[in-house]
Amino acid sequence: MMIEVDGVVKRFGSTRALDNVTLRGDRGRVLALLGPNGAGKTTLIRILTTLLKPDAGCARIGGLDVAEDAGRLRSLIGFAGQYAAVDELLTGRENLELIGLWYHLDKAEYRRRATDVLERFTLTEAADRLVKTYSGGMRRRLDIGAALIARPQVLFLDEPTTGLDPRTRNDVWEFIEELVGEGTTVMLTTQYMDEAERLAHEIVVLDSGAVIAHGTVAGLKDRLGGDRLEARVREAAVLGRAAAVLGELAGTTPHVDPDRQLVSVPTKTGTAFLLTAARRFEEEHISLDDLGIRRPSLDDVFLALTGARATDREGTP
Amino acid sequence: MSFLVRDTIGVAKRNLLRIVRTPIMLIVTAVQPALLLLLFRYVLGGAITIPGESYVDYLVPAVFVEAVLIGGMTTSIGLAEDLKSGIIDRFRSLPMARPAVLAGRTLADLSRSVLSLAIMVGLGIAVGFRFHAGIGAIVGGLLLILGFGYAFSWMYITIGLATKDPESAQIAGILPFFVLMFASNAIVPVATMPHWLRGFARNQPLSVTVSAARALLEGAPATHWLWQALAWSAAILLVFLALALGLYRNAIE
Repeated sequence: MMIEVDGVVKRFGSTRALDNVTLRGDRGRVLALLGPNGAGKTTLIRILTTLLKPDAGCARIGGLDVAEDAGRLRSLIGFAGQYAAVDELLTGRENLELIGLWYHLDKAEYRRRATDVLERFTLTEAADRLVKTYSGGMRRRLDIGAALIARPQVLFLDEPTTGLDPRTRNDVWEFIEELVGEGTTVMLTTQYMDEAERLAHEIVVLDSGAVIAHGTVAGLKDRLGGDRLEARVREAAVLGRAAAVLGELAGTTPHVDPDRQLVSVPTKTGTAFLLTAARRFEEEHISLDDLGIRRPSLDDVFLALTGARATDREGTP
Repeated sequence: MSFLVRDTIGVAKRNLLRIVRTPIMLIVTAVQPALLLLLFRYVLGGAITIPGESYVDYLVPAVFVEAVLIGGMTTSIGLAEDLKSGIIDRFRSLPMARPAVLAGRTLADLSRSVLSLAIMVGLGIAVGFRFHAGIGAIVGGLLLILGFGYAFSWMYITIGLATKDPESAQIAGILPFFVLMFASNAIVPVATMPHWLRGFARNQPLSVTVSAARALLEGAPATHWLWQALAWSAAILLVFLALALGLYRNAIE
């Protein structure tokens, strides 16, 4: 187990930024922290990278305690924060070499690795230019590269692709996948479901400082009830009849959305059910604009989870 | 120990590169004391008489002290910028020795002070200032000034860490600078000031350092002021070193 967090609490004044957070991250896997703004994602990353001390509970990286073994722990980790923390008045190479020096690599080693990192992140041509001439994507690549210079066992990335264009985003994702293929453990925060879906083996959903769900992408989707058959009727007048048809077929009360003229029911048999439903709608002369099987997206899961919490909060005085 | 030294040199290198690559800041920090020198040498100085001494010899050692002090202001601004930009977060997540981030910055400052001081010595001589002491006393006087500037680097570091914001750091840094520079014997003799101000103006750290530097550079007996000046610099260094390291430890929390 590379990442172990047990009952971590962090308060800022009277707010609980983290409220009894417990989680695990396996070696060579990607753990994504998901949650709305202010959920505590960054606070948790800051605790694990020794920038903040937990008020209660404990956290270990590679068996080293974040509070007691902070010095040794820092040699094991790489960290790229929310804003590309690279020095604008230094060249890309100077940035990397200095970070290597501060990781206590010897000179020949950090020079070699800086060259490697520049190559890997396709920055070789820009290596000896000042970073202030770099584009946002180049800075972000350099920033992640700097976090990798000491070949950390655990890499922490706080919103690694926020503000990047789609192509650079994809590049960053590929870098992360390569690293994980080589055995690096990655913990990242993101607000993008597609990012979590693409990269994460495990997802932890945080809301108001608490873990509200923890599992694989597939596991979280299952919790939401799996696939649904969705029919959109052409005329609002037939919505009730369409609901009756689907309710009879599925043996449950369908979900009706009058605004969008939608009726939906859960299904486990997928295509077969779709064909049956299509035939029945035809027999009943119900005209449809759309009929299909919908898999819940991670967005649905996320909204369902955090939405439920928001309602809870409003309900309690 | 060796890591502390190596990490500190790394930080100093980073900050020196930054200084060299923002020549405008370097120029501003050199122009400011130069303007002060020219203003008082040629515009206002004629109205000031110093018993038993030419005004230029009185003024120039104070300009030397000002030159090493003014550069420190960019340190508090730079450090506040680093805090804001997340660079300090990165540093703190690295296994680098903790005091290196601050110590390296003060070393870079010291290098800049040497440069500013060299420029001011040249300019001072150009406007008529003369050293009247032996080489030993002159070197001692210049080192005393650099030491004073170094001690104040830690004050500016403390200001940068306490304000955490470049604009506030700039404002907060100007205040002690003005008080020390003008409520002092740097530009006019303390005897011309109201009684209530004289005690402070004569004994505050900048005045004492200027008095010691004047004495050393003129070849006059300096012991009396020298000990006080060294004591002030040492006290400022120790107090702000402790404050800065404490603030740095808690800077992000």
